Amino acid sequence: MVEVTRHDIVIVGGGAAGLRAAIAATEIDPAASIALVSKVYPMRSHTVSAEGGAAAVAREDDNFEMHGYDTVKGSDFLGDQDVIRYFVEQAPRELTLLEHWGCPWSRNDDGTVATRAFGGMSTKRTWYATDKVGFHMLHALFQHSLRFDNIVRYDEHFATRLLIDGGAVRGVAALDVRTGIVRVVLGRAVIMATGGAGKIFPFTTNGNIKTGDGMALAYRAGVALKDMEFVQYHPTGLPGTGILITEATRGEGGYLINCDGERFLTTRDYGVGTKAELGPRDMISRAIIQEIEAGRGIPGPYGEYVHLDLRHLGEAKIDARLPMVREMSKIYIGVDPVHEPIPIRPVVHYMMGGIDTDITAATSLPGLYAAGEVACASLNGSNRLGSNSLTECLVFGASAGRNAMAFAKGSGEGSEDALRRQGEEEAARIVALRGKQKGGEKLARIRADLHQAMESGCGVYRVQETMDATARAVAQLKGRYADVALEDSSSVFNTELIAALEMGNMLDVAEAVANSAAARRESRGAHTRRDVPKRDDQNFLYHTLCHFDPAGPRLGKKEVTLGHWEPEERKY
Amino acid sequence: MSDGHSKKTFVVTRFDPDQDAAPRKQSYEVPVHPDWKVLDALNFIKDEVDATLSHRWSCRMAVCGSCGMMVNGEPRLTCKEPLSQYGDTVVVAPLANFPVIRDLVIDADGFMEKLTSVKPWIIRAKELAVEEGPMRQSPAELAEFKQFSMCINCMLCYSACPVVANEPEFLGPAAIALGHRYSLDSRDEGAAERNEVFRGEGTVFSCSFANECTEVCPKHVDPAAAVNQAKLNAVIDWASSLVLPRGGDE
Repeated sequence: MVEVTRHDIVIVGGGAAGLRAAIAATEIDPAASIALVSKVYPMRSHTVSAEGGAAAVAREDDNFEMHGYDTVKGSDFLGDQDVIRYFVEQAPRELTLLEHWGCPWSRNDDGTVATRAFGGMSTKRTWYATDKVGFHMLHALFQHSLRFDNIVRYDEHFATRLLIDGGAVRGVAALDVRTGIVRVVLGRAVIMATGGAGKIFPFTTNGNIKTGDGMALAYRAGVALKDMEFVQYHPTGLPGTGILITEATRGEGGYLINCDGERFLTTRDYGVGTKAELGPRDMISRAIIQEIEAGRGIPGPYGEYVHLDLRHLGEAKIDARLPMVREMSKIYIGVDPVHEPIPIRPVVHYMMGGIDTDITAATSLPGLYAAGEVACASLNGSNRLGSNSLTECLVFGASAGRNAMAFAKGSGEGSEDALRRQGEEEAARIVALRGKQKGGEKLARIRADLHQAMESGCGVYRVQETMDATARAVAQLKGRYADVALEDSSSVFNTELIAALEMGNMLDVAEAVANSAAARRESRGAHTRRDVPKRDDQNFLYHTLCHFDPAGPRLGKKEVTLGHWEPEERKY
Repeated sequence: MSDGHSKKTFVVTRFDPDQDAAPRKQSYEVPVHPDWKVLDALNFIKDEVDATLSHRWSCRMAVCGSCGMMVNGEPRLTCKEPLSQYGDTVVVAPLANFPVIRDLVIDADGFMEKLTSVKPWIIRAKELAVEEGPMRQSPAELAEFKQFSMCINCMLCYSACPVVANEPEFLGPAAIALGHRYSLDSRDEGAAERNEVFRGEGTVFSCSFANECTEVCPKHVDPAAAVNQAKLNAVIDWASSLVLPRGGDE
């Protein structure tokens, strides 16, 4: 049994991108019915964990050309240049809207919005609200969205399948977590805004909910995943938990220090030049790994680490600019950064890749749009600059909302019978999985083995052999997953069932990551190979496309949009 | 144990409306790591001992607000509370003063309605155009409301509040603090509208000043202060409306 509801558009995901899309859609048509489907209450979305800030040109000494150049250089020239130029031009407008909607941006003495330095950015252009920027942006967006009666929320509804009829997407099937009912939520366009997939790795800043759901749904529906080999390791995570310590620590002047007390980014050549700690994330993460491999790490119970030293900033500045860093360091590693350096190591943080979208946030499937981390509009290329992603959620969330509404206006509804049947198929699949006793595999074991495979093959440094081994391991894990046994047969808030469905999504995303990585025989941005250490524009200046096929993924290529900045060697 | 693990017994409330007439207790013995928080033990139980246990969690860094539960009778964010501060037995129950959906999962829909009712958004007589750019706000004006904007909606304050316990419809600490937060914001012109909400039944005047909400708040929002100020403002606003001349012709 399924329950069918109908709206103008359906948005999946209630974080920054999904909420911004919903608000943009209401602005287009206040009478339109906009469904917002989220597997958690929107204010629990992982946007909440972003810390350091959101980038947009704000100062006299800055301009779009500079923000664009920093971004394309950070991307190691794999970013699409039309997308980058659109993004930097829209960015100030979007952050201004957030200001009008109540976001408590930190201020200069004259009342203007304050900006801070960030990695790879050539001037201070990162807007911030102390070091809880994602939290404040998410709550400002969510609370602002509450004023619109026509945003119809499906809280704690887990979308598990895109419903397609007549060659276009017409809605989603979503499991109501609280009741176990599968709902067929129909709309004439669908926006994916479900975020990233850090949980395919064992050591990640990402929350438990980041299981690549939207990527997997689009992938299985025939939309390519693009540039999935590029996984961002953030340089500064807490050992053990992987909790993020924001790049704003370095933006505010923090140092990275090895076991000899040496500021290694200033004393050794890691390619970051005078930027030192404000180099881009891929380079800083490689530098830390190299320091550890050279024996200059510091041993700890969760492996070797280096130090992030904020002591010279002083208590007043730390409390004013980085209060959450201080609070979390105390709680989660027992260190007060006012008095001691913070142990840190590189940690999986962000997927540069995602659903292949164009500059309008559209995908190859008519009616399907995507925005935020789930999408790959090719803003970030092979390495994202810190503080571009929160702004990206707004710029492309808004664009997706507007363009999906325009599409919905000219699009039909599809056959309700056909869509209902698809929903019933999906409900049958879910009921069969719920409490499925027959099988020899345990969910927690599959997850542990997936983590082990992804970490060994798709780390900061990669080689062909282990990437190939990881791709094979993921294929085997998909076989084992089919044999999983579950214990919980309840229809009510069955989190084991959710975890099992998420595991299916993670395996599909992991397949795309490992296979895309194994095929790129060059080093570019976050994809760094020990066996092929150089970038190769001759043969690899293209986007990787990964297409779903039950027999195994098929890879393809897509041209990079150039034309404004000539690719050059990436040196700082 | 030689690897630094010790054993603790977790007494966890279980309730599955598909099977149980009423909540029951279930005990689990867990080898706990010295660095673990309460949530880590629940996740261990879920992964290794009993996959039927249901609880909410996500960020495990005390900002998403999902994992609030009663730990030894006190409302706590389970991802924040170190197990080392507890004895051999730890009792984990769903947040008090909320309907229970299952096990440790409570129904938050009532809170969502309360939050919406205080109009937690910027209200202006005339909306600004984006072309006008960001409004100015001095650091002092920001400081007026900043503390109340730190609420992560974890709802621990509702579990601690003796008024909510007796009067479930009470608007409650977090919702009042967030409404008040917008009224204090120099960019907002909606205080009068919210004061009308606050003068309604079951809102600020129901508060009995127990201060429990402020004591349990994991983000030091001090909702008790917000309720207090909101009460005063609602009265002043009402009193001045009696004194000031009315518009229109006599």
